[in-house]
Amino acid sequence: MIWNDEFETLPREALAALQLKRLQHTLERVYARVPFYRESFDKAGIKPEQIKSLEDLQRLPFTLKQDMRDNYPYGLFAVPMEQIVRLHASSGTTGKPTVVGYTRRDIDMWSELMARSFAAAGVARGDVIHNAYGYGLFTGGLGAHYGAEKLGAAVIPMSGGNTKKQIMIMQDFGSTVITCTPSYSLYLAEAAAEEGLDIRSFALKVGILGAEPWSESIRQEIEQKLNIKAIDIYGLSEILGPGVAIECIEAQNGLHIWEDHFIAEIINPQTGEVLADGEEGELVITTITKEGIPMIRYRTRDITRFISEPCVCGRSHRRLQRMSGRSDDMLIIRGVNVFPSQIESVLMQVEGVEPHYQLIVNREDNLDSLEVQVEVTEDLFSDEIRVMQGLSERIRHEIKSLLNITCKVRLVEPKSITRSEGKAKRVIDLRKG
Amino acid sequence: MTVQQISVFIENRAGKLAQATAALGKAEVNIRALSLAETSDFGILRLIVDRTDVAKKALTEEGFTVDKTDVVAVQVPDRPMGLAHILHILDEAKITVEYLYAFVERCGDHAVIIFRFDDSEQAIAALTSNDVEVLSAEAVYSM
Repeated sequence: MIWNDEFETLPREALAALQLKRLQHTLERVYARVPFYRESFDKAGIKPEQIKSLEDLQRLPFTLKQDMRDNYPYGLFAVPMEQIVRLHASSGTTGKPTVVGYTRRDIDMWSELMARSFAAAGVARGDVIHNAYGYGLFTGGLGAHYGAEKLGAAVIPMSGGNTKKQIMIMQDFGSTVITCTPSYSLYLAEAAAEEGLDIRSFALKVGILGAEPWSESIRQEIEQKLNIKAIDIYGLSEILGPGVAIECIEAQNGLHIWEDHFIAEIINPQTGEVLADGEEGELVITTITKEGIPMIRYRTRDITRFISEPCVCGRSHRRLQRMSGRSDDMLIIRGVNVFPSQIESVLMQVEGVEPHYQLIVNREDNLDSLEVQVEVTEDLFSDEIRVMQGLSERIRHEIKSLLNITCKVRLVEPKSITRSEGKAKRVIDLRKG
Repeated sequence: MTVQQISVFIENRAGKLAQATAALGKAEVNIRALSLAETSDFGILRLIVDRTDVAKKALTEEGFTVDKTDVVAVQVPDRPMGLAHILHILDEAKITVEYLYAFVERCGDHAVIIFRFDDSEQAIAALTSNDVEVLSAEAVYSM
């Protein structure tokens, strides 16, 4: 079902005209109100009024996650705090989160795009949406929640965790839609089986799954194990949150990016050059309706390509192929963004720990697991077991308190972690698609 | 009156223990006593050897993390209640035993047990004043 027929099926030419008008308006606003953009445009020698076509967008500099960190917390806000009604944050590599602020209109727009996304996934009034995305600073929970209410479906604000209760509620309340990470959906299926319940017999029909990379084979497994249609949703807090792009249930092939609110480009991550339609590269997004923090040419680090062929669903908005990876070393572990450098900074704070560590990421029982291997030097070594176990417990605790991820710490012998020339191989990702 | 023990960090991987003991053998080091404390991920091999420095060098060269610790070698009467008596003395003196392990060889009609205490000096004082014999390092290395 199409939620907003007028905009979702807008002919491409009209869509481009709308994009340009909204882009120009956004550029004027950020140039006038955000010192960061004024400086970066000036440095690039370009004024907002010189952007006369969508192609001209390529003349503007990129915005990086680092720019958000440098302007922490409110430096990129384009409105005074009196107009901000919501703050969210994602994790940052230095331990400081990336803060994003929303105006009332931003929340309305986000709800609209999430309602569209739900509708595209085949969800409608009368559905019971079991929202197991985390509520809190993470955008997933509340983003999906507001969209579900906008759509007029009944939403159960479960948030993450407490799996047994999730299963009971899901069964008793007759949840028809599950929103969570793909890995958690599989975990739910297994946990239900352990309770002697067959989740396939529940009322569930659709899963709207995102916040971590997944593959076609995982989709098949989910669809089979939960007896649902598994729909891929994409978003990031820097741009909005969930609902930036979603697969339609008709095609289940590529995610429609809502082009009346975002301009997407695919660039060569090395050179920054914009690639031709269909070529694979890094996704860059410009927001053209957001008030709180407009983003100009934000480098998402996600690797994808455009699918430009018209879609069977009738939407005119182009599709992005499922994200195939990252152009940097960021890991997504159970929906949480983790940079190896974050783990490194935690380890360096523990006295005696040398910078020889390795992260082993795996998937056990359908949940991501992280093992941090730390080499034991003479400074760290003690002949007493409890001292050594205390050390690994301390590292585990520090990582948990700073990054909010549970990991296993494994102490290993010196030099047992392979040394490499140049860039160290810090991460071994054993998760299979 | 303490004895030097060397401890070695050993990952729980096949062949690691053999690699450590082979390194000692090649360096012609003789093991007097040993214990292996283990967790699911790693173990700590504790050794009393005849030539501590040679042993440490050989193991370090082999890539192992090695530490030296002072421990106490105590003569324990080889009869029922022998060890219990000694532990009672230590308990009375409020000394914590971090760990202990026995010697490979007997010394006359005594067994020899290696103790790791939180306070070696105090432990030795408590033991000797209760007529428990504590062995010198020389005596231990040359057993």
